[in-house]
Amino acid sequence: MVATGKPQYKIIGTRPRRPDGVDKVTGRAQYGADIKLEGLLYGAVLRSPHAHALIKSIDTSKAEALDGVHAVITNADLVGSGQTVQPATAEALEPGKASPRWAAESILAGPKVLYHGHAVAAVAADDVHIAQDALELIDVEYEILPHVVDVQDAMLDGAPILHPQLRTGVRAAGVDTRSDIETNLASHMRLESGDIEKGFAAADLTIEREFTSSQFHQGYIEPQNATAFWSHDGRINIWTSTQGSFMARDATADVLGVPVAQVKVIPMEIGGGFGGKIPIYLEPMAAVLSKKSSRPVKMWMDREAVFQATGPTASSYSKVKIGVTNDGTITAAECLFAMGAGGYPGSPVGAGVMCALAPYKIDNQVIDGLDVVLNTPKTSAYRAPGAPATEYAVESVMDEIAEQLDMDPIDLRLVNVAEEGVKNSSGTPWPKIGAKDVLEAMKSHPHYLSEIQGEDVGRGIAIGFWFNGGMESSSSARVNKDGSIALILGSVDIGGSRASISMQLAETLGVTYEQIAPQVTDTDSVGYTAVTGGSRTTFAGGWVVYELGQMIKAEMISRASKIWDISGDEITYSDEGTVVGPDDAEGNKRAFSFNELASKLQATGGLIAVSASSSHTTQGAAYGGHIVDLKVDRDTGKTEILRYTAIQDVGTAIHPDYVEGQIQGGIAQGVGMALNEEYYYDSDGHLMNGSFLDYRVPVANDLPMLDVEMVEVPNPGHPFGVRGVGEVPIVPPQPTIRNAIYDAIGVRFYHTPMSPRRVLDELL
Amino acid sequence: MIPEPKVVNTIINGDSKQILVSERDSLLEALRDRIGMTGAKEGCNNGNCGACAVIMDGRLVNSCCVMAAEVEGSEIMTVEGLASRDELHPLQTEFLDNAALQCGICTPGFLMSSYALLQENPNPTEEETRFWLAGNLCRCTGYDKIIESVLTVAKG
Amino acid sequence: MQAVNYARATDVDDAIRLLSEGGENARVLAGGTDLIVQARERKRKVDLLVDVKHVEEFMVLEFDSSTGLKVGAATPLYQVYGDNNVKINYPALVDASTVIGGKAIQGRASLGGNLGNSSPAGDSLAAMIVLGGVATIAGPNGRREVPVGEFCTGPGQNVLESGELIVYISFPPVGDGEGAAWERFIPRNEMDIAVASAGAWVKIEDGSVTDARIALGAVAATPLVASDAAEALIGRPLTDETISSAGDAASAIARPITDMRGSIKQRKHLAKILTERTIRTAVERIR
Repeated sequence: MVATGKPQYKIIGTRPRRPDGVDKVTGRAQYGADIKLEGLLYGAVLRSPHAHALIKSIDTSKAEALDGVHAVITNADLVGSGQTVQPATAEALEPGKASPRWAAESILAGPKVLYHGHAVAAVAADDVHIAQDALELIDVEYEILPHVVDVQDAMLDGAPILHPQLRTGVRAAGVDTRSDIETNLASHMRLESGDIEKGFAAADLTIEREFTSSQFHQGYIEPQNATAFWSHDGRINIWTSTQGSFMARDATADVLGVPVAQVKVIPMEIGGGFGGKIPIYLEPMAAVLSKKSSRPVKMWMDREAVFQATGPTASSYSKVKIGVTNDGTITAAECLFAMGAGGYPGSPVGAGVMCALAPYKIDNQVIDGLDVVLNTPKTSAYRAPGAPATEYAVESVMDEIAEQLDMDPIDLRLVNVAEEGVKNSSGTPWPKIGAKDVLEAMKSHPHYLSEIQGEDVGRGIAIGFWFNGGMESSSSARVNKDGSIALILGSVDIGGSRASISMQLAETLGVTYEQIAPQVTDTDSVGYTAVTGGSRTTFAGGWVVYELGQMIKAEMISRASKIWDISGDEITYSDEGTVVGPDDAEGNKRAFSFNELASKLQATGGLIAVSASSSHTTQGAAYGGHIVDLKVDRDTGKTEILRYTAIQDVGTAIHPDYVEGQIQGGIAQGVGMALNEEYYYDSDGHLMNGSFLDYRVPVANDLPMLDVEMVEVPNPGHPFGVRGVGEVPIVPPQPTIRNAIYDAIGVRFYHTPMSPRRVLDELL
Repeated sequence: MIPEPKVVNTIINGDSKQILVSERDSLLEALRDRIGMTGAKEGCNNGNCGACAVIMDGRLVNSCCVMAAEVEGSEIMTVEGLASRDELHPLQTEFLDNAALQCGICTPGFLMSSYALLQENPNPTEEETRFWLAGNLCRCTGYDKIIESVLTVAKG
Repeated sequence: MQAVNYARATDVDDAIRLLSEGGENARVLAGGTDLIVQARERKRKVDLLVDVKHVEEFMVLEFDSSTGLKVGAATPLYQVYGDNNVKINYPALVDASTVIGGKAIQGRASLGGNLGNSSPAGDSLAAMIVLGGVATIAGPNGRREVPVGEFCTGPGQNVLESGELIVYISFPPVGDGEGAAWERFIPRNEMDIAVASAGAWVKIEDGSVTDARIALGAVAATPLVASDAAEALIGRPLTDETISSAGDAASAIARPITDMRGSIKQRKHLAKILTERTIRTAVERIR
């Protein structure tokens, strides 16, 4: 581990067991689908067999009559849908402003189905088999419409239009215009600085390339689920696997048209999300089925539904033009990125635009982003949303530039690397970042220095960036009479945050990790907390417990001041968790250990209970660089990963095992995108490979051991220097592997995944 | 047609059980929905992820691909039966200490599959371990720490 | 899961009776790794599952060097590839049976199930064909034998008549100078359906190929017996050239489709590559 300017910590940097670990290895942990309630009914969802169609009629009467069926619902049963909300207008397309009607129609289709697998109706029955029988009894009359699933096709004149009310909102360089033409372009964004014409004129070499990528799915192993009970008093309890219990609560209340306080979300253990469990899907359906049946209703998706109707990331089209002088200095960059949002607006193109050129200092740049609706599932966030596609395009062009300039690809990047003070694409100067540290660590890494041998073996490198999230987090803590501490967290724990946040509280207070008992709680029992996503949880959660720690310290000092009857100003709280005062009149030391003083709390005003909510924007961006050696089988087009190394600025590694695990997991997902994962649609717009058999996430013997080197450049905007780590590692694998395949067989690819079929197409 | 409920006699983790099932239930559904043993997880329900893996009469199976009615007279071992009364199984301990789980949903399946591997091959190579565990998907870890954990336990 | 009933056959005749009485939607339950999923996902109408795993004849695994190998239709794969006689004499069966699904699938899935499911991509089919596998079928009118290469008639379709089921599959003994191998191509390293597969069996005497069988999977509506590819080898010395011409012949008879798993171009090419590879491996294995 390379560390610069990191303080000595006692807890941070150790590798304790996670608090939820024993439950998870013994099968006791309660995930969403594990809940059992008295009188529970089981739900199932009827989904569209068509990519794009008008719903002429739905007849649920036969399903309702089936023995064992307790409720059947359609879009009309969602309170927030239909006539109560005005049809979506162009105003609804402003970034960050969703149309309430679209939100409801995304849960259960309204007048139209917009993708294969779009939910049309839902049933609650005595068991899951009967619920599925009932689906076969629902008659839906469709009028099939022309469809479009390709992002470039969707932008063509004459493309099938998904939303006739949609008008292009061009929001670029202070311009805000709308056309009167029906379009699938939902929005346009532009970042620009300097003068690109001047910049390209100064270039000795300019390379422009176009790239495309398929849709990828987050591929979490636990399908979406939700269990709801809508009580006669109007209270709605929802047990669900979500990345954000508060976001799920608010979104559900919006769709149902009920006050937020009427809904309580109880987050269950969550079996992976990677961004895909931020949106709600089943929660409102389960709630309305419960209301209709007066029984609790449990729903979970089958795997095909997960692929058809949740998540995937956007397919993309990219055009990147970069000009350099002969010494490698970038003089200008011009980029266009279009991403498919799915049936409703909201692809991650905005984030992709902001990340595309972030590793580099580029004075003259223009980046355009287009959000395009098409007949695929509504995309949701997926690990560094938008960034893998845009940075893949940029890093691929960088590799071609290095080759043409006959420069080492790391040297080319070092010439241009962004550093503290350099302005990013949004015009904001970078704070302290570790991009250069990462590149230097790559260059001196034994992997990069090693020789590669063998026929059709190649090496590639690329770097990646993600800005990381800040946002709101809340926690509360209670000091018990023995000094143990109950820590209540609003953040859902998706991969070890109970541990990493508890460690930061222990470090703050100078107590042991073991005396802290963390638990994730429901939306009624802790302050608002944003989603577990954006690589924000350990950063923001750490900030909040640091603040809680300061409150506890102050209260502990105040109690000691009462006991000793001296001013609090004379008392200090040591790093070891000892409360120390000046010697008393007889010269005796005055000091309480944390636990000693805890035992006196009830006699001095009661046990300590503190709560904090905060929202910090100093999250600190992060960079990673990857090196791969691989071999291509020219006979089959198949790529075998031989060696893989990731180097990443992790700020401060709170729990190094979990940091490594995040990076290894990110690599594996990125390798999947690079080689074998993709959505496959037939000519009718049907998703054909909605299973783990044919949507090919990497299996254990697809990968070698994944070496991780952590570079620690502490984030000055966090008490312990935390930077998010989870998302950066999914960014570099696609260009890293693409550049290595070129090194191996001399073929440049412009589409991911570089599946055996596509590689073979180039070789035959 | 709703089939009549059916009683299935089986031994689960050493205890005799009578389970009232629908004839349409899989073993996974019988475990999870009929008797509340939710250690085995549903990840795909078609034999492609391994999250529901259990051991049936000594063999590793995906419980989603076994009908509940088929286990009449069989012995089943699930993740709930891996630890003894007093202590965790070494695989469980190593998974915890080596951070071999993140979200944990695949963990029961990996534990059962790893257990079956070590029963059959107490000293697997990395390659053998990866091949054996290829039927268990993990989306969080990139497999490194899982493979390391199994190899560590094998080495004793 | 659609509405199904489960019945446990007590002997072969009982299985035939259950199937006959159950009609066209009664299905034999061997390992169930295809059937249960198809029934659950309502991709195939099933109302009766006839479990044959408690009848010994469906579960046999017998080898005799003079009569060959007999594998019960429901004998699980792990027993097949774990058997020493199979490993030594029929390594091509090991090639295929170790990669059908993961280990948890192999605890249940069987050669008979793979054949009865009659998928053109069924991994063991090309291996069984080149090994000269013959299915023994029992039915209301007694027993009959059908070579594996003639069993499938289309995707998911086969020669079984109402009330009939596979009891076991037998393979002839292995003679001197014979070797066989099977290989598939998949995009991952495990847990995939073959994009294409090939099996090869060769007999070499005095440096020349005196007999050969080549079969292909996933390149047509049924597994293909590639007689032209075998003819390209027979009577010739085994050279790179003859192997290549066998590969070309295999590719020429392939009639693949383009789908989510592969393209026509890719599959025709792989038919050649895999044919050549399996011929070479088969030769290496000759004792």
